[in-house]
Amino acid sequence: MFLLTDQAQLLPGTLDLLILRAVSLGPLHGYGILLRIGQISENALLIEQGALYPGLFRLVRQGLLKASWGTSENNRRAKFYQLTAAGRKRLREETASWNRLAGAIAAALSPQPEEV
Amino acid sequence: MKLFDSLRFRIATLFQRDQIRAEMEEELRSHIQHRADDLERSGLGRAEAERRARIEFGGREKYKEEIHTALGGNLIGTILQDVRFSLRVLRKSPGFTIAAVLTLALAIGANAVVFGVLNALILRPLNVPQAQSLYSVEHGPFKDVSYSYPDYLDLRDRNRSFDALAAYILAPVGLDTGSNPSQAWGYEVSGNYFDALSIQPFLGRFFHVADEHGPNSAPYLVISYAYWHSHFQDDRTVVGRVVQVNKHPFTILGVAPHEFRGTLLFFSPDLWVPMVDQEQVEGVALLGDRATRNIFMVLGHMKAGVTPEQAIADLNSVGSYLGKTYPKDDAKMTFSLARPGLAGSLLGPAVKGFMTGMMLLAGLILLAACANLGSLFAARAADHSREVALRLALGSSRTRILRGVFTEAVLISLVGGVLGLLGSIALLRLLSTWQPVPQYPMTVPVNPDALVYLVALFLALVSGFLFGAVPVRQILRTNPYEVVKAGTSGIIAGNTGRRVTLRDVLLVLQIAVCAVLVTSSLVAVRGLVRSMHSDFGFEPQNAMLMDTTLSMAGYTGDRESAMQRRMIDALATIHGVKSVGLVSQIPLGGGGSTSSIYTDQTTDLIPSKVAADPARFEISPDYFHAANTNLLEGRAFTWHDDKNSPPVAVINQLFARKIFGSVANALGKYFKTGDGTRIQVVGVVEDGKYYQLTEDPRPAMFLPFLQRHTSLTCLVVRSNRDPQLLAADIRRTVRNLDDGLPFNLVTWTQGLDIALFPSHVATVALGVLGLMGAMLSITGIFGMAAYSVSKRLRELGIRVALGAQRSEVLHAALGRPLKLLALGSTGGLILGLLATRVLAFIVYQATPRDPLVLAGVVLAMLLLGLLATWIPAQRALSVDPLILLREE
Repeated sequence: MFLLTDQAQLLPGTLDLLILRAVSLGPLHGYGILLRIGQISENALLIEQGALYPGLFRLVRQGLLKASWGTSENNRRAKFYQLTAAGRKRLREETASWNRLAGAIAAALSPQPEEV
Repeated sequence: MKLFDSLRFRIATLFQRDQIRAEMEEELRSHIQHRADDLERSGLGRAEAERRARIEFGGREKYKEEIHTALGGNLIGTILQDVRFSLRVLRKSPGFTIAAVLTLALAIGANAVVFGVLNALILRPLNVPQAQSLYSVEHGPFKDVSYSYPDYLDLRDRNRSFDALAAYILAPVGLDTGSNPSQAWGYEVSGNYFDALSIQPFLGRFFHVADEHGPNSAPYLVISYAYWHSHFQDDRTVVGRVVQVNKHPFTILGVAPHEFRGTLLFFSPDLWVPMVDQEQVEGVALLGDRATRNIFMVLGHMKAGVTPEQAIADLNSVGSYLGKTYPKDDAKMTFSLARPGLAGSLLGPAVKGFMTGMMLLAGLILLAACANLGSLFAARAADHSREVALRLALGSSRTRILRGVFTEAVLISLVGGVLGLLGSIALLRLLSTWQPVPQYPMTVPVNPDALVYLVALFLALVSGFLFGAVPVRQILRTNPYEVVKAGTSGIIAGNTGRRVTLRDVLLVLQIAVCAVLVTSSLVAVRGLVRSMHSDFGFEPQNAMLMDTTLSMAGYTGDRESAMQRRMIDALATIHGVKSVGLVSQIPLGGGGSTSSIYTDQTTDLIPSKVAADPARFEISPDYFHAANTNLLEGRAFTWHDDKNSPPVAVINQLFARKIFGSVANALGKYFKTGDGTRIQVVGVVEDGKYYQLTEDPRPAMFLPFLQRHTSLTCLVVRSNRDPQLLAADIRRTVRNLDDGLPFNLVTWTQGLDIALFPSHVATVALGVLGLMGAMLSITGIFGMAAYSVSKRLRELGIRVALGAQRSEVLHAALGRPLKLLALGSTGGLILGLLATRVLAFIVYQATPRDPLVLAGVVLAMLLLGLLATWIPAQRALSVDPLILLREE
């Protein structure tokens, strides 16, 4: 499910945003985050599995996520991540700024009347 | 707050490193298990599922690495890790490590020593408060530092730019503290000397201007800390004690502080006496004589806010006043300022030039060492290219690998630097206690300070990065796929190409540097040897010098000449003594006097009419005989050339030619001295060296000691007897005449030490640097040759198998290193010959156009090459194709 050929490469810097978004609905372990991203993006994004972890550690270090060990649905020990207050704030800001950017780019690229 | 958090986090990660690593490991494993669970559910077997999960996960090591970077706090951790890793790697190749560390220790040590001396003599000011504003005052176009006492007083009182101007004279003093009268060296100083320099006494008090009330009015003495320590055993009751200075009672007022060693770097006095007591101390009263410039140096602190230009203008106005007021004695004086430590322009430029040259050479040594280590590192990198490729293939980043290389380089450079620094500290300490010329209190105070340590460590670090940078390109270019595919043979092909590589350039540079050093040290040695055997105008072999100052034992006036005559007669009766001659100051003995003379026609005896400034010696009738100086025309003096007969002189050839046109023309002619006395020339002797070995020929005149008194007495005793036995006899004879007279007794060859001192120093310094350069070159060429042979063993084996001759094998193996050697040596030789022009200022007759030097350099470089390539050549010749091909 992660090797579909028409998946888009992630833009630099967007992985962090996706991670924040994925855990915003509740605590998740690493693999769960990956599944959640696949689910919410409808498998359109290509993420190599290992690439997730440097991002996770970075976000913990920045205080946007906090991590704790627990037991997963498969009955395995796993580290669960959840948003901190700062992470929730950052997610809001980043989402807003991303939407602005995406809107602007979409507007710029959409066919204009005189071009037709 | 944020900063604090981040810091806490960093420190926490540093300490919890192992725990974090374990957690990270577990988390990644858990991820793969979860993925495998999913894959298993989709129908795969457990083993296959786990394999797929691992593949999908990607490069685990790479991500772990990235996580470490993301944690950031691990910077210290990574460095520690790098260091540990590098230490492991270095320990695995001890030969390489030891060679590299030693090379660097030598190079850094040499630089630290040279810089230490440079720092102590040139960069570091005198050890007095506010040394930055302390200047010595020089005058005239030749930057003369000497003044007459009346001129000094005028300068002191009329200038408005200096807080105070102090003056001093260097003088030997006969000091009798109750037991054994001995000679000490002192400064005769102006009353304001200590106050002008703001020095506080360690014990007791200093003398001041208020203590002076005209000639011989201040019988006071200040002793140096070192003299107090060695001669009074740190006795605090010494203050107030009365001692005999040249048989006159003087009171010890105080002890100078430990760190104050006079105002001349090379010359630390044992004691200071007021200059007003000159007559008692030197036996002559010159303080009232404006024409006799016997003050050694005038110095003082410039007033705050005054620029050097303003001070010079101010002094010049005093100078023109002096010229106008005393036209008979003073030409219009113009002044300049200099740093006092090296006697301003007397020694300053020579020392500066020499030390700068030495620093350059030492820098070249360091560069050569870096080149050497650089090629070693490059060779290692080539050897390790498979390992590097493998690490790259496994996901290690190039920066990480480069960091490893630099860590190794910096580790080596730090260890080498510290070793070198320790060695140089020991050497500098030793140098500081060294007394090159036993008759004088000459020292080279070069104790290292923090600046030396800093510079040495800085140089070590810079060189570490320098040679660590050599293999960088090699590593960046490494293509793991190619290397792993091609195996070792592929690398060989890459390295034996005919291109000029960086390593070749480095080696040529290094050989050139070595050739420069070898050339200059050979030139210096040759110059020294030649100066030992050159024509001084006297023969130092088979003669002893008994050197004293009669005023030290209280002799004055006619008693002086009577005593001198008694001494000459007594010494002449010693068994085996051929002749005894007296001279006021022995030529090339470190001292000397000149007198201005005028032609007989001159009536207006003013400075601008001076015809010559010949060196002046007072001698006894037998001096020329005892010194083996050839009399060319006329006669030497007799015992009848005394006060009751007309004044006569013997002059040297140059004097005769300069004033009278020719030697034959000079006999019987007259010239005048400054006080108008007409002196008749009765003889002409050969030219000689008088003050310095490197001096140009200069006019000289000899006057009978019975017509012109001298308290300075040097007896030349010529004899073929063993100097030790002779010395015992001389000592006994002099003691019998006066057991209160301190004197020095050396062979004349030893007496020349002071004249040869600069060339000795230059020769030893250059010799040591040359030797180091040679060693570095040998290791460099050896390294390159050995490496090229070992890399091409297989090729050589094939050549041998195909029937190559020994010479062809050698050519194939060593042609390149030898070609580089020839190239580097030629370049270095040319550079070295150019550089030795600088040497000519210090070393007598240092000429590069010397066939022996040229041949010596070529021979030395050939020998070097032979030595360095011998073992690799043996290895190349002993190639056994069978074994080699079997190994592959």
